[in-house]
Amino acid sequence: MASVAAGERPTRPPAIVRPRREGTATWPLADRICHALCWAVGVGLCVITIAIVVFMLVKGITYLRPKLFIEHPAPAGPGAQAKSGGFLDPIVGTFIVTAIGIAIAAPAGIGLATWLNEYGRPRWLARTVESAIEMIAGVPSIVLAIFGLVIFSRPFLAFLSQPGATVALSQSFIIAGIMMSLLALPLVFTATRESLTQLPPRLREASYALGKTRATTIRRVLLPSPQMRTGMATGVVLGMGRIIGDTAILTILLGSTLKNEAVGHVPVWGTLRGTGSTLTSYIYNNSPAGEGGAPQKAYAAAFLLLMSVLVLNAAVTRLTGGQGGATRLTRIGRRALLTGVGGNG
Amino acid sequence: MDDLDTEPMLPPPIRRIEVDREPHVAPARPAPNGNGVAVAAPRPRNVRPPALGARERMSIDGVWLAYGENWVVRDVSLPVRQGEVLALIGASGSGKTTLLRSLNRLTEITAGAGRAGSITLDGQDIHEIEVNALRRRVTMVFQQPNPFPMSIFENVAYALREKPGGRRRGRRSQLEPAVREALRRAGLHDEVGEDLDRSALALSGGQQQRLCIARALAAEPEVLLLDEPCSALDPISTAVIEDLVIGLRESVAVVIVTHNLQQAFRVADHVAFMHLGELVEYGTSEEVFDHPIQRRTRDYISGAFG
Repeated sequence: MASVAAGERPTRPPAIVRPRREGTATWPLADRICHALCWAVGVGLCVITIAIVVFMLVKGITYLRPKLFIEHPAPAGPGAQAKSGGFLDPIVGTFIVTAIGIAIAAPAGIGLATWLNEYGRPRWLARTVESAIEMIAGVPSIVLAIFGLVIFSRPFLAFLSQPGATVALSQSFIIAGIMMSLLALPLVFTATRESLTQLPPRLREASYALGKTRATTIRRVLLPSPQMRTGMATGVVLGMGRIIGDTAILTILLGSTLKNEAVGHVPVWGTLRGTGSTLTSYIYNNSPAGEGGAPQKAYAAAFLLLMSVLVLNAAVTRLTGGQGGATRLTRIGRRALLTGVGGNG
Repeated sequence: MDDLDTEPMLPPPIRRIEVDREPHVAPARPAPNGNGVAVAAPRPRNVRPPALGARERMSIDGVWLAYGENWVVRDVSLPVRQGEVLALIGASGSGKTTLLRSLNRLTEITAGAGRAGSITLDGQDIHEIEVNALRRRVTMVFQQPNPFPMSIFENVAYALREKPGGRRRGRRSQLEPAVREALRRAGLHDEVGEDLDRSALALSGGQQQRLCIARALAAEPEVLLLDEPCSALDPISTAVIEDLVIGLRESVAVVIVTHNLQQAFRVADHVAFMHLGELVEYGTSEEVFDHPIQRRTRDYISGAFG
């Protein structure tokens, strides 16, 4: 920006000369072709994204009715969509699975990342844990689901689902939630670790120099710092997005009942032990690929799902100080931590 | 660098007795009466009463410090006295900051740090004191102001809280007098006393550094270590902190590392000049600055003064 020196000097600012952008005209042909291709792929991606959103918006809003949010789903054959009810249960189901998954993944991921970064002894254990988490991050969710099936069908784990003929059913909200936590864990872990490594060392030094233990430093200084809060929240939100979007684990470990069916008579625990559906499994089961009972409602549910994931993405952008803009505290905190100069300094 | 008047030292056989390379250590003179201290000095210096009854709190005795295979402090012996300010001066890489950090065992958080020789606090080897207890008795202020991203109150209260065996979570009303007292000692209370709940990060650099000093004082240490506390500050903030340091020496032993020779001259009672890990010269401010004995000291001081 050109700044005029002072108000009492009415001289006109000079015409500003800005550097001209480099053109591609002088590039070799191969570079120009590649440049054009990159450009085309970028534009193509935007088109696809917009197409998805617009398509889901049109389809979704066409079929979305307020009553869908309050009605229980009901099985309906082809051509009987009107009787197939709403998706109250899948919405509740999504909340339950996400809550269980993140309730396990958040403390575990934050704890592991902190231990690894601040203690990390013995070395071999730290390295092993790190590789293990990287591996979990790479395991396809269907593999996790099959693994969960093997584990939770043990008869002595029947209290988590319901007893079957010879083995436990191994399908319930709680089991799905537990396996879902493995999906979210690497995301929480990575975000927390990343923030920890970016904390300025002098924050730790300052605390150690006051005679504080590592544990106190972590609990009272590191984790409560704005940077860490942002990092951990980002991990948690990313993890939630991952859980909400997964289908494979639900297909195998939650069953294909549309309604949330409680087991036994204990109110909450019964529901957790029972089978049911979430938005993703509802979409799958109602789409032509599943039983095809109610494709229109699948579209409506898909729209809802898309919206919730978009909201979570926006939350991440906001948290990490993207276009959404960070909060004042985060901005001040980050700048001060990075430069060591105060907010007004 | 400067051509040295002694040959570079060989890598150490630790604890070897170095008979012929004793650093010139002037015995601590009994402080002259009146303001004789200031009269001899050609440069402006804060006129102040001499440190009376300086008593030795820490003793650095034949200390070697290493990072990995690299010896950065070689056979340094110094007394740290309460009632006076000790300044460590020397070029970058002379080992003065490492020596300072070893006094509260902060060197230990760096991987590969090694040591030899003994450092005692009130006659007790500091490596036999529980490390966190030691760091509450020997606190440190760093080059860059490093307040915690919390309120002013919390920054100081943090040093008071969670003392082992003490109150884990003192209530605010219980902590407030001590917090305010620490801020007063650091000369910050008049500026921030009205609103202790402001974020510490909203303070100016000089205020932040005084907050860090308040935090370090809140733990009621016996020794205060200052690692170039003014190098990130403007001259006005620097002057405030220098006055503060001089005022503190009665209640705590102060060791200050500084690149600023004027500052060392202004605040210190005793000065130790280090070069490439060796203690070259130790004496009172006047001795070291006005009548240095070693050529390296002369070169450094005159070079730096221009």
